[in-house]
Amino acid sequence: MTWPDARGRFGDFGGRYAPETLMAPIEELEAAYCKARKDPAFQGELARLLKDFAGRPTPLFLAERLTAQLKGAQIYLKREDLLHTGAHKINNCLGQGLLAKRMGKTRLVAETGAGQHGVATATVAALLGLECVVYMGEEDMARQAPNVFRMRLLGARVVSVASGTKTLKDAINEGMRDWVTNVHNTHYLMGSVLGPHPYPMMVRDFHRVIGQEARRQILRSTGKLPDLLCACVGGGSNSIGLFYDFIPDAGVRMVGVEAGGRSPRLGDHAARFSGGRPGVLHGSYTYVLQTDDGLISNTHSVSAGLDYPAVGPEHAELHRQGRVEYTHVSDQEALEAASLLARVEGIIPALESAHALAEALKRAPSMPPEKMMVVNLSGRGDKDLGIFQSAGIL
Amino acid sequence: MASTTITRIESRFRELRENGRKGLVVYLTAGDPDLGAMDGLLQALDRAGVDVIELGVPFSDPLADGPVIQRASERALRSGTTLRKILERFPVWRQTVHAPIILFSYFNPILQFGLERFAATAAQVGIDGALVVDLTPEEAEGYVRTMRAHGLDTVFLASPTSTDARLERAAQLSTGFLYLISRTGVTGERSEMAAGVRPLVERARRITSLPIAVGFGISTPAQVGEVQAAADAAVVGSAVVHAIEEHYSTRGPAAIEQFVLGLKAATGGKPE
Repeated sequence: MTWPDARGRFGDFGGRYAPETLMAPIEELEAAYCKARKDPAFQGELARLLKDFAGRPTPLFLAERLTAQLKGAQIYLKREDLLHTGAHKINNCLGQGLLAKRMGKTRLVAETGAGQHGVATATVAALLGLECVVYMGEEDMARQAPNVFRMRLLGARVVSVASGTKTLKDAINEGMRDWVTNVHNTHYLMGSVLGPHPYPMMVRDFHRVIGQEARRQILRSTGKLPDLLCACVGGGSNSIGLFYDFIPDAGVRMVGVEAGGRSPRLGDHAARFSGGRPGVLHGSYTYVLQTDDGLISNTHSVSAGLDYPAVGPEHAELHRQGRVEYTHVSDQEALEAASLLARVEGIIPALESAHALAEALKRAPSMPPEKMMVVNLSGRGDKDLGIFQSAGIL
Repeated sequence: MASTTITRIESRFRELRENGRKGLVVYLTAGDPDLGAMDGLLQALDRAGVDVIELGVPFSDPLADGPVIQRASERALRSGTTLRKILERFPVWRQTVHAPIILFSYFNPILQFGLERFAATAAQVGIDGALVVDLTPEEAEGYVRTMRAHGLDTVFLASPTSTDARLERAAQLSTGFLYLISRTGVTGERSEMAAGVRPLVERARRITSLPIAVGFGISTPAQVGEVQAAADAAVVGSAVVHAIEEHYSTRGPAAIEQFVLGLKAATGGKPE
């Protein structure tokens, strides 16, 4: 795979749209990353921390009771929820944190939606001795309160963002404003495969380990490749991480699951591929939910981590090619899938990951029992207990 | 990249240079507080002797802007302002305002309107050019070509963090003037001038013969004077928007005219 090209384009998508003040730091970041990715010392240190600090490799678990109940394809869960901090986000944070340190930056700035990326960033900042500021929408701080406390305990400053929709998109705006003001000592630790080049490429690279492990694990235990991969897509980091190393395997189908929210009306969901069209937001050209006048739409999802109006540019290209199928499930379906997994397998998934699971539940029964699917369980659901409660599930 | 005819912006800077004067560029957000107010506000700026007006196109996600311009964008969006409506109303404003006017926008509204349709309409209604704050030189090829084909000026930004190579690229793609950002950060008023302005202007002078405007953080007559000592023009944005926010509802455009006259007076320039 040779994309993105030198201009950061995945086909037509991606690129680099940013205020001029950020362009030199972005070029500097690209140069530093290109050097680090080829440096055995950097890769060795990252591998050590992924193993000893974060807890990789994560298990690939055959969900036997769930499979038996659905009477269809075998469902394997890639257990990213078991990583330190409770989600896949730590893979990328360790990578970018080490890179920031190599670049001599002393301060990390990040946005967070569900709080998982914020917690992972705060954790890595503590581990590496860096200052940390996390921007989080006011609405997200209320609905993911446990993660706010975790970040503060880890020594990070959590800044409430009250502008716009008070969610992830506004947290990114505010994080970018911080970065543009403090470029001399600050690294912007982007939490998904979004933003100007090289972020979508770099964040993908740091999450590839998910798919590399899953491929090795399923081959080792069954001798075959899976028939279907299923992952949720907010910005799209856990999904690209799972999908990437399977892209050349033509027999492996992939489905990315967006947040269908409460209705198909603009503003009620975050299903970019069914309700959006190409545009520019936060540094790249990609699918964006927007009005006819090019203003960015409000979004809604029960899951803060999927509640975002744009999608990573590499997904936009995979969508164009038809290599990955994109679909969406509703708030209600995600809530039900989460509570089913809890009762049948003893695993409480994050509501983000529950979107992928909900889609798997729909597909498994119509697939023969010799078929195998891998669902990326990207995070755990402790943070969502309040939402389960207000949804009447507890 | 110069076109054969002289644009309104070029002729304004030429006049300034010939008269040994420095320019004042003023930003305001279109539709703040509503589109009906723009007639009076633009005329007030013109009367106060503003040399170039930057008319902001409100955007839902103004990530390069500080709180003052964010609030102005929100007011403008609440009053229903869009790029389409700005272009529709523009001929009325153009009839009475003599100063060159460029649009100051984020890229997505222009992209969704359609590059060709935007440039054709802008030229037709009498807009003089545009500055697209998140459109970097590397992504701007099609935009510059289209704007140029319609005789519109394209202003690009350079910042204290810009390398010489980036500064050169911004200057190559700019017509009318080059806009230097005085310091890192978002738009907004600052009490002190950044020390890096003069070196940045000197770097730019070695690279380009375009007129140079300096903005971001300039809010007082003293700061305007300080900038004009090094550059060809000073840009004042948030301070003017702040004045609109504070005084427009009670005192109307006259209050803004008075505020801008204060900025203008500090430069020794007189309203025409």
